[in-house]
Amino acid sequence: MKFTLSWLKDHLETAADLDTMSRTLTALGLEVDSITDRGTALAPFVVARIVSAEKHPDADRLQVCRVDTGSGIVQVVCGAPNARAGLVGVFAPTGTVIPGTGDLLKAGVIRGVASNGMLCSEREMGLSDEHHGIIELPEATPIGVPFASVVGADDPVIEIGLTPDRADCAGVRGIARDLAAAGLGSLKPVAAPPVAATFTSATGVRFDLPDPAACPLFLGRQIRGVTNGPSPRWLRDRLTAIGLRPISALVDITNYLTFDQARPLHVFDRARLDGDLVVRFARPGETLKALNGKEYRLDDGMTVIADATAIQSLGGVIGGEASGCSEATTDVFVECALFDPIRTATTGRKLMVDSDARYRFERGVDPGAIGEGIEAATRLIVALCGGEAGSVVVTGAPPAWQRTLSLRPDRVLSLGGVDVARAEQVRILNALGFTIIEEGSGPAGSITVAVPSWRGDVQGEADLVEEVLRVWGYDAIPSVPLTRPTALTRPAVTPSQRRADFVRRTLAARGLDEAVTWSFMAAERAALLGPVDPELRLVNPISADLDVMRPSILGNLLAAAGRNADRGIPDLGLFEIGPAYRNATPTGQDLVACGVRTGAAIPRHWAVANRVVDTFDAKADALAALEAAGGPSANVQISADAPDRYHPGRSGSLRLGATVLGWFGEIHPSLRLALGLKGVVVGFEILLNAVPQPRKKPGTAKPALTLSAFQPVSRDFAFVVDRGVDADRLIRAARGADKSLIRDVALFDVYQGPGVAEGRKSLAIAVTLQPADKVLTDADLEAVSGRIVAAVIKATGATLRT
Amino acid sequence: MDSLDGLKAELLAAVTAAADGAALEEFRVAALGKKGRITGLMKQLGSLDPEARKERGAALNQLKDDIAAALDARQTALRAAALAARLEAERIDVSLPIRPEVTGRIHPISQTIDELTAIFADMGFSVAQGPDIEDDFNNFTALNIPPEHPARQMHDTFYLPDAADGTKRVLRTHTSPVQVRTMRSVKPPIRIIAPGRTFRSDYDMTHTPMFHQVEGLVIDEATHMGHLKGCLIEFCRAFFDVDDLPVRFRPSFFPFTEPSAEVDIGCARERGTLKLGNYGDWLEILGCGMVHPKVLEMSGIDSTRYQGFAFGMGIERIAMLKYGIPDLRTFFEADLRWLKHYGFVPLDVPNLAQGLTR
Repeated sequence: MKFTLSWLKDHLETAADLDTMSRTLTALGLEVDSITDRGTALAPFVVARIVSAEKHPDADRLQVCRVDTGSGIVQVVCGAPNARAGLVGVFAPTGTVIPGTGDLLKAGVIRGVASNGMLCSEREMGLSDEHHGIIELPEATPIGVPFASVVGADDPVIEIGLTPDRADCAGVRGIARDLAAAGLGSLKPVAAPPVAATFTSATGVRFDLPDPAACPLFLGRQIRGVTNGPSPRWLRDRLTAIGLRPISALVDITNYLTFDQARPLHVFDRARLDGDLVVRFARPGETLKALNGKEYRLDDGMTVIADATAIQSLGGVIGGEASGCSEATTDVFVECALFDPIRTATTGRKLMVDSDARYRFERGVDPGAIGEGIEAATRLIVALCGGEAGSVVVTGAPPAWQRTLSLRPDRVLSLGGVDVARAEQVRILNALGFTIIEEGSGPAGSITVAVPSWRGDVQGEADLVEEVLRVWGYDAIPSVPLTRPTALTRPAVTPSQRRADFVRRTLAARGLDEAVTWSFMAAERAALLGPVDPELRLVNPISADLDVMRPSILGNLLAAAGRNADRGIPDLGLFEIGPAYRNATPTGQDLVACGVRTGAAIPRHWAVANRVVDTFDAKADALAALEAAGGPSANVQISADAPDRYHPGRSGSLRLGATVLGWFGEIHPSLRLALGLKGVVVGFEILLNAVPQPRKKPGTAKPALTLSAFQPVSRDFAFVVDRGVDADRLIRAARGADKSLIRDVALFDVYQGPGVAEGRKSLAIAVTLQPADKVLTDADLEAVSGRIVAAVIKATGATLRT
Repeated sequence: MDSLDGLKAELLAAVTAAADGAALEEFRVAALGKKGRITGLMKQLGSLDPEARKERGAALNQLKDDIAAALDARQTALRAAALAARLEAERIDVSLPIRPEVTGRIHPISQTIDELTAIFADMGFSVAQGPDIEDDFNNFTALNIPPEHPARQMHDTFYLPDAADGTKRVLRTHTSPVQVRTMRSVKPPIRIIAPGRTFRSDYDMTHTPMFHQVEGLVIDEATHMGHLKGCLIEFCRAFFDVDDLPVRFRPSFFPFTEPSAEVDIGCARERGTLKLGNYGDWLEILGCGMVHPKVLEMSGIDSTRYQGFAFGMGIERIAMLKYGIPDLRTFFEADLRWLKHYGFVPLDVPNLAQGLTR
């Protein structure tokens, strides 16, 4: 919403300066977005008269002028051909920055003659390209006044960001009312008698609306004998200042009232109407060529105003070109109506028309001022275009908008946090246009008010509290610390939130960088990851590559790895902790920790052998994440049945009984290639919701530590097993051979090749034995070794390698 | 009796001349061994008369001790020299680079959420969460956003296919549905923040289709706008680490709060850079207000007894302001160079006791 300072002063009697006004507007909730004060840039330029002009002694084309600036006579050397004694022009003193050139004007000596300032051309002023001579103003122009005031550029333009609730402030008068209530002056009364009708308007209006609320009230008025031409200067200046193009007096008047009183109007050229008007819904397929030159195809539910042959206007949105006013217009029909906000908004959105009328109707036009609207329009038309006014044609009735509300004055303190005296609350509400029905008194006495017609947004007591507060000033609300419910800070996160953060920091500490990627992805890419519930497909995706909720984070991380590789970073580790979606229900969202590694696990280095990432990097990440989540990483079972997005022979599932906790492994080559990734990629996913919460212990104490006084003993064994036997089975068998004595079983060698039969492999383990109460004798060692070998053979069909 | 002085000088010279441990040992045997020269002289003592034997014996013992001491000293010197030589031979180039080790970085969004949590935890808030896929009741209706509200239209909201029962499903457009879920499941007093993913169909310089918000909600019998101001001023100063940061509350409009406010913080804009602090200019960072009585009632809370405030802010926005990150879109690109530059070391866990920001 834009307006100028002088426009505001039409409605507000005020002595406040622009700065105070700006601060007050923002404090009232009418946030000032910008103030453009063209007068400031032009401020140094004043109207001046050339007293005398004589030829420069040393230059044919230059003249030495003595110039009256209103505050003294200065000498200026001027090269303009039209410089002459008596000319009234624009003078720039030394020290001025010339807008047209950006140059700083300095005192100088031109061919031996002193020159102090400049007489300006339009081009130098940045007003036009005209530079054949200096500006010539009418001789009667007062000398010494600012040039800006002469050309109407001294009127600052204020733009406010209007919140959708403040329909009333889509007009200058509403803004003035708020400022007056805030103590910045007084609202000027509107002294406007209705214009008497001299004849009966000849255009009839009827409603044909299945939904009467679409247009409850339509006032029309014929004005004949008008002369349409350019608007007067003041009107054109105001419209230009707020960015509107002056068109003709009739059109400019409707635009003016739209901004002055938030009252959109329309003027039909009666000569171009075919008979009476009907307000009805458009029939599907009907079209309208609008005033903006565009043709719109309408559909059912859009409110239109039609004559006997065609649609002439889209109610509340935009008028039609066919019946628009032109220079030839002499007989008009003025429309001042009320259109339904929702319907207007829907129509405007569907057709993508952002008009000043729509802006106001969708916020809600004052239902109590329709009559005043048509009178204001009539007054201006008769004043600027002449003619005589016909009777007002009334169709429909104003909707019931009247309501009363009560405010308990202590609510301003108990809800708003600031103590405002009852009398002041009453004053504020009254100044905002609320009619005080009952002032009330005593602790229980409420203030009862009637809400003005232009404040459709005020619906309850809380709204009245806000009205009082915003005028009183939010700055005046004392800030109070929030009382702490407990003396000490209590844990703010749930155990599952806490462990997610622990997993996050663990994975980062392992060298993976945390990414945050979209929750959505391309459906065709998602299909490569696994089946996607059709419910997860967006109805209105922003683009085809973000059209489905991701079933796994893996796809987005792989894509990110590809982008980084394209940028020359092929070796990386990325992880994300975020949602993966199974279905569209509130419980269909899993919290997943997912990571990928690509390229070199160890880059080429002088001291270490380089190697490429492999499944065991992903397995290590997965187990670290699981452990950080408090999961039973020691008891977890590993099965070779990861989803199809993994390499079937180089991946595993992490399970706890029937519960799948996650997967790890090499990414399936066809998925990797489909995403354009060249080298081996490994990854993992841990379903954090599936990891059981550690059982809550009764206290904080850790289990007692029992330290053995006896040295541990280590024994190595090598077994030959079928190649298909999982190492894990062998390790578990060995560990289970004597649970009290065996502290650790470490697999330190896997060998297949010469010396081991085809189809078999050798697995070597180191078993650490920890005696608790005595030194182990050779016989003890013999016995436990026998149990280990027996257990392994039983579990795996191994033979002891000798 | 011949003097032992000559012998002593000769033997000491020989000790000094011994070039290594082997030569020294050879000398020791030659001088002090069973057949050594001093041992030999000792053996001759028996042939002397007692008086002379005593004198000669003492002199020989002295000689023997002197030579033994010289031997020890020489041995120590030789060992030190040998060690020095060995260490010199073991010299390496310590300027060589270390073995590769990598630490990853925490994304600025996660770090910012942890910072928010630390601050609000200290004011008695706990963290609540809700699903990304919501129904339109929780996302709109229960927040006093009627079906015709422009924000509900296709332009802003992502829709999923309707549920079997006809429920409209949306990607939540803000974290406010967590307010609704909390009020429906928890009895007041309530004090929560709800950080999380939010979605709007908008993609340009300053909008991404997914972003993060944090919602705040306080419901009890006494909390008013003064508390709202106190809470958010405290938050802004702690979060941005500027003790005298000016914080301004302006009246505004949100369907779910009444009265409503927008909050600005003090800043300066100089040659394209932004500086936070008491410099006269203002920057909007969040919206807030007293929870609308209709919102309380729709969530089953008695609005004649309970009241409170709510606020919401963009996490990327405050992270960008705090850490000088210029472009919103880069948050979601997973560009390793960006993650390394703007990310945080994993051990840098925000907490107020040690200072929120390292």
